Amino acid sequence: MMSHENHGDEDASGYADLRESRDEMESLALDDSSNGPASSSSLTDRQSRRTAFNSILEPPSYAEAIFTSFDSSSSNGFHRNQNLPPRPDPFSHSDFLRIWVSDPRKEQELAANSLVPGGTTYYTYLITTRTNLPEYGGPGSEFSVRRRFKDVVTLSDRLSESYRGFFVPIRPDKSLVDSQVMQMGQFVEQRRSALEKYLNRLASHPAVQKSEELRVFLVVKGKLPLAKSIDVASRMLDGAVRLPKQLLGDAAAAAAATVEASQATQPARGGRDLLRMLRELKQSVANDWGRVKPLVVEEDKEFLERKEWLVEFEHHLSNISKEAETLVKAQQDTGETMGELGLAFVKLTNFETEEAILDSQRVRATDMKNLATAAVKASRLYRELNAQTVKHLDKLHEYLGVMLAANGAFSDRSSALLTVQTLSSDLVSLQSRIEKLEAASSKIFGGDRSRMRKIEDLKETARVTEDAKSCAVREYERIKDNNRDELERFDKERHIDFMDMLKGFVLNQVTPRRWQMRGRISQRKLSDMLEMAAENFGFELLFS
Amino acid sequence: MEPQQRSVSGSSQSPRSPSSQPFLSVSVTDPVKLGNGVQAYISYRVITKTNFPEYQGPEKIVIRRYSDFVWLRDRLFEKYKGIFIPPLPEKSAVEKFRFSAEFIEMRRQALDIFVNRIASHQELQQSEDLRTFLQADEEMMERLRSHETGIFKKKPADLMQIFKDVQSRVSDVVLGKEKPVEESNPEYEKLKNYVFELENHLAEAQKHAYRLVKRHRELGQSLSDFGKAAKLLGACEGNALGKAFSELGAKSETLSIKLQKEAHQLLMSFEEPLKDYVRAVQSIKATIAERANAFRQQCELAETIKLKEINLDKLMLTRSDKVGEAEIEYKELKAASEEATNRFETIVRLMNEEIVRFQEQKTVDMGIAFHEFAKGQARLANGIADAWRSLLPKLEVCSS
Repeated sequence: MMSHENHGDEDASGYADLRESRDEMESLALDDSSNGPASSSSLTDRQSRRTAFNSILEPPSYAEAIFTSFDSSSSNGFHRNQNLPPRPDPFSHSDFLRIWVSDPRKEQELAANSLVPGGTTYYTYLITTRTNLPEYGGPGSEFSVRRRFKDVVTLSDRLSESYRGFFVPIRPDKSLVDSQVMQMGQFVEQRRSALEKYLNRLASHPAVQKSEELRVFLVVKGKLPLAKSIDVASRMLDGAVRLPKQLLGDAAAAAAATVEASQATQPARGGRDLLRMLRELKQSVANDWGRVKPLVVEEDKEFLERKEWLVEFEHHLSNISKEAETLVKAQQDTGETMGELGLAFVKLTNFETEEAILDSQRVRATDMKNLATAAVKASRLYRELNAQTVKHLDKLHEYLGVMLAANGAFSDRSSALLTVQTLSSDLVSLQSRIEKLEAASSKIFGGDRSRMRKIEDLKETARVTEDAKSCAVREYERIKDNNRDELERFDKERHIDFMDMLKGFVLNQVTPRRWQMRGRISQRKLSDMLEMAAENFGFELLFS
Repeated sequence: MEPQQRSVSGSSQSPRSPSSQPFLSVSVTDPVKLGNGVQAYISYRVITKTNFPEYQGPEKIVIRRYSDFVWLRDRLFEKYKGIFIPPLPEKSAVEKFRFSAEFIEMRRQALDIFVNRIASHQELQQSEDLRTFLQADEEMMERLRSHETGIFKKKPADLMQIFKDVQSRVSDVVLGKEKPVEESNPEYEKLKNYVFELENHLAEAQKHAYRLVKRHRELGQSLSDFGKAAKLLGACEGNALGKAFSELGAKSETLSIKLQKEAHQLLMSFEEPLKDYVRAVQSIKATIAERANAFRQQCELAETIKLKEINLDKLMLTRSDKVGEAEIEYKELKAASEEATNRFETIVRLMNEEIVRFQEQKTVDMGIAFHEFAKGQARLANGIADAWRSLLPKLEVCSS
């Protein structure tokens, strides 16, 4: 998949030129022993004219230079082929958990209850995991399962339920962004790559890594045994999934807690929760427009400042990310045009050499040819440079994703707060009703049976509400703690990641990574090549 | 910024005392916008320094505009058939671009080269029209210029010739002759093919060169934008990381300036010379067309003479009283035929010399252009690498 094929030139003919010239560039041998179309001249002639040029510089091989996709997703190196990566180093970090997504397959959905015969098709992916973690079987564990995208959605939903307040990585989109149009094959590849990135991000989140949901997703073969959403009743019945420990303290408390209370620890959802949603909506309106301040408010000033800063940060991050994309494109375009120019030089010099009717034309031929070669090599250098630049600047994109996750964590916090506020005001209104009733019934001598009953009911409701409120408050505090821990982690990791990114980006501009890695003896930079070419031309120019 | 002088002015190289050495050097400078609105135009200062006896004095300064140069080119083309007249830059098509600083500079440079090529050409430098161009006052120039709109004023005899050309061409077509008469000279054929193909190759190289200039500019712009964004992010981050971003941003903006500069250099010292040679080759094509015309005239006259000879003999046999008239006609035609043959042969001779001169000059000029290209790219690559390299220690400081 060559994503830079989509970069057409301004005019239609330009695009055709581009395809042509890339083919020509690919056929242009490094040692100049044969040249594209007009190579009718004797090979020996040209070979004898080979200069020191060719031994100087060993640019990356064709395949690497030309076919490196800018989209090469994998920093872990498992992109296109089916070969599994090398065994993990047993002495590597004990928290090693790495995931590969491969082998997309089309499958048929058996639509037993659909009216239309046959069914819909969907794709499944092979999810391969290698890990050292004890929960997964200890060092050297390796296993594969097959999953479809729907499963990933389920996983993602369950994780956001269980890990409220954490910066849980955002899953890939279900459908294409409006502006994108692509073939199915391209879409599948894009999705595969996005899934791989997503799962690895989950794996490197310190809390999520240890989650049961993720483990089940990665390990259990066959149908994914995760319920789509957390329906408390079904959770209790579902033996395969342990209730998250952090939620309900010990088992006894878990058993004792009423359904009502534990429901308070989850955000309101449709169906049974409709009533609750309405109440919370009423509460949030009261918060915004009411004259009375709610009983519980976000007091953490530090948090509020942090949040404000994050808004500004996100704005700047988004801005630089956009400019980075433009920069990469500009670098790519420059490289391509340089290559086309080099090719045009080659054609011109071949033509002049062959059709020369005077010796004066042949004089310059060698020098021109060398310059042409230099230009083509410069083009490959740009391409290489760019592939690395993309990898570095991609960090910026990644952190935009982290910002989304952070927003999710903050909205967990505010919805938990809203629940607390709602329950608080419920409690207050219950108390006042009780008081009113008590006051009214005290005026009647001997008591008022029905009112007494009413009062008892209300008191019972108040008790339950009180319990629910404590649960909600505990949950809110828990989420606040998670937020704080995550923010700290975010700061630390961001600092390291961005510093690495900057250094990597700058180092790359100075010398492309592959050249660094080659470490060959006579490694001249492009500028040396060009300077030599310039000198060759300048040598005979006595009056320059 | 003075571009490298690509054509040498003056003639020989031996170091005799300057005053005894004939020289003619011209420069086109100082573009100034004159006039208003639709009729606005650019005028240039043309400074001539010479010791040629035919000239009024050692130095002369006149004011000229683009259409004056066109006048000169047309006059030379008409008078010096066979010689490759140096090309002129095109009239600008796009209105808003006409007065941009870059376009004006490109045009000035091209006009300067144009005049200097004429001044250093052994035959062209003797031209009276050149003298007029370099010395006449503005009013005279304006008169001459408006006099010569479109078709040149021709002598009656030439008019007759044109008439005859048209006639014979029409009759050829009517009679079903496929092609007009052409030389059957294999070497000349080879030359013609060479010229036509050369134009294609040069045009392609020029097209990509122009695109490369644009790419440099785009890259420069994106570096500038990226730098600004990095600085903003740096200010937001604060502390060491913020400083790192700010340093990166500043460096990026510096590089942007380097790129814009290099883009301009690339345009003036590489892309323009390539474009110039595309035009030069087109001028050669015009000369090729002239040669074809001259050849055709010569052939047609030769044929007409044969017919007249036969007619004359017939008349003489019949002792017709039309003999006298026919004899006079025959003599005139003979003279015209000789003239046409002379014209054609002159063109052939001149072209042979010209093609040698052209190739030598092209080799030199292209050499300079490619040298500039390589130098510029090396300079750019070094500049970029150095700039980024100088950032590394600063980043180290930030991360410690």
